[in-house]
Amino acid sequence: MTYEELLTETALADERFIVMTAENRALVRNIPGKLWNRFIDTGITEQTMIGAAAGLALRGRIPVVHALASFLTMRAFEFVRTDAGIPNLPLKLSSFIPGFLSDGNGPTHQAVEDISLMRGIPNMTVFAPADEQDLVEMLPQIWACPNPSYVRINTRKTDHQHTPFKWGKAEVISEGEDVTILTYGLLFDQALVAADILKNEGLSVGLVNLRTLKPVDEHAILQATQGSSITVTLEDHFLTGGLYSIVAEVLLRHNVTANVLPFALNEKWFKPSLLPNVLEYEGFTGKQIAEKILGYSTRFVQPGISLAQFSE
Amino acid sequence: MQTISINVNKLETTALRVREHIIKMSTDGGCFVGASLSAADLIVYLYSHFLNINKNNLDDPDRDYLFLSKGHDVPALYGTFAELGLLEKDRLKNHLSTGDHIYWHPNTHIPGIEFHSGSLGHLPSVAIGVAMDIKIKGGTNKVVCIMGDGELNEGTCWEAVLVANAYKLDNLVFVIDRNQFQANMATEDLIPLEPLHDKFTAFGAAVKRIDGHSFEALDEAFLAYPFQPGKVNVVIADTVRGKGLPSIERRADRWFCNFNATEVEGLLHELHGEDLTQLTSETLVVR
Repeated sequence: MTYEELLTETALADERFIVMTAENRALVRNIPGKLWNRFIDTGITEQTMIGAAAGLALRGRIPVVHALASFLTMRAFEFVRTDAGIPNLPLKLSSFIPGFLSDGNGPTHQAVEDISLMRGIPNMTVFAPADEQDLVEMLPQIWACPNPSYVRINTRKTDHQHTPFKWGKAEVISEGEDVTILTYGLLFDQALVAADILKNEGLSVGLVNLRTLKPVDEHAILQATQGSSITVTLEDHFLTGGLYSIVAEVLLRHNVTANVLPFALNEKWFKPSLLPNVLEYEGFTGKQIAEKILGYSTRFVQPGISLAQFSE
Repeated sequence: MQTISINVNKLETTALRVREHIIKMSTDGGCFVGASLSAADLIVYLYSHFLNINKNNLDDPDRDYLFLSKGHDVPALYGTFAELGLLEKDRLKNHLSTGDHIYWHPNTHIPGIEFHSGSLGHLPSVAIGVAMDIKIKGGTNKVVCIMGDGELNEGTCWEAVLVANAYKLDNLVFVIDRNQFQANMATEDLIPLEPLHDKFTAFGAAVKRIDGHSFEALDEAFLAYPFQPGKVNVVIADTVRGKGLPSIERRADRWFCNFNATEVEGLLHELHGEDLTQLTSETLVVR
């Protein structure tokens, strides 16, 4: 099932749902004809869309709102924080082309601080699926929750079969004593590649798909950091405020420490290009990740990385 | 009509070459072809005749300023830079390469780009700041900010006009590339903008509405700068999305295009008046 199919089915079955967009229609192309007046496109007006969504929520609606991740989280930030966060209204934010998915657009369109911003809002919940199947697994529970939510929409396909989504729980793919990779979102695919290489090199490797950044699965983070020699945090996000920060907060809260190697954007935006070139340039292919962990090169051939489905 | 001070043939030749550059950038990842083609003539005119900007004065505080606020029409700007000697033509081939800085939105790594853009409704206010400082310093340099019509959905555009009016910024020109479309559809089918002339006038601007593909009309309008002492200038340039390529003109589904090599070849011929191109590549309208 696709994102659009699930959203259509959910909204047709429940009159409370309103689908909104700030003229970002890529994910909801066929919905206007199905929902009629329960589809609202406010034009390129992210702030007004969020305010209007809050008004609709006051009347008992559940607005699922769409915009580019950078404009949804940053242009409309105060509206999200004030109009959804303070009153704890069920605005469901679907963010389009977050992180590396904005490929050739440039820094204006790079949402690489969205997790940090959204998790800082009281009442907000934050999710980052590994692929389309993971996304469709988690959305029914997210949309049923009375809180506002932020989802990094990721409709890419992987070969991985995900387990059912459990609220607040990470998906532990494997456990290992030498290295455990903690990741979320589209880099999950590269983490699978990296884990394969590390296993081939004889290491015991753990891999965790975080799925939810807030409320985060503290148990999974503690298990990983305490159970293996090195913990890797892997994310298409600034080093500040994302998974690396979350792990640091969890460790501090439990009065423990760990050997953590972060892969993130450190005080920089990423080089704009097509997605496979971005990953290669920034050092985020599975092979590059594994070799940085190992400290040496391997003969492993990096599998091809598919182009992004959307441009902007 | 006033006496024309321009060589229309020369401008048309330059604009044709700029359109060729745009078409050549619309492959191997693609670019925003429709919006670039609609803005090409007015960008060529402004750099050729109105703006005091050349490769020798890019750091001179007395130069004029152009801010490209809609941003995704930057292939038209890079094409103009290449034709007017501000950018090496060969560098256009580096579109989307990690070895250069030429991608879907403007950035200041490219000499002549005053400010990065892509997030709509930012540069009208940046342009105000520059125009204010020029006023404070008693300078005579001009500031132009090109905005898209879809961009006018964003409230900050209108805040900028209010503030420009309050500070009597008659050294600032907001140029609207009125190509009638935003990403997915006609502007009037989504968030209607008309009567646009009246809206800007009501906000305190001195407004001219012209054919944005006529160099004579562009020249007549800009020769009248400043339109009225003490008033911010607005030029509504009526344009056609995809201008020059009948097979994509005025089409809602041809906003971002990633053509294959055969299509690019065909479109280059079409630009020069030959038959329409058979387009098979997927349309990519996503915003």
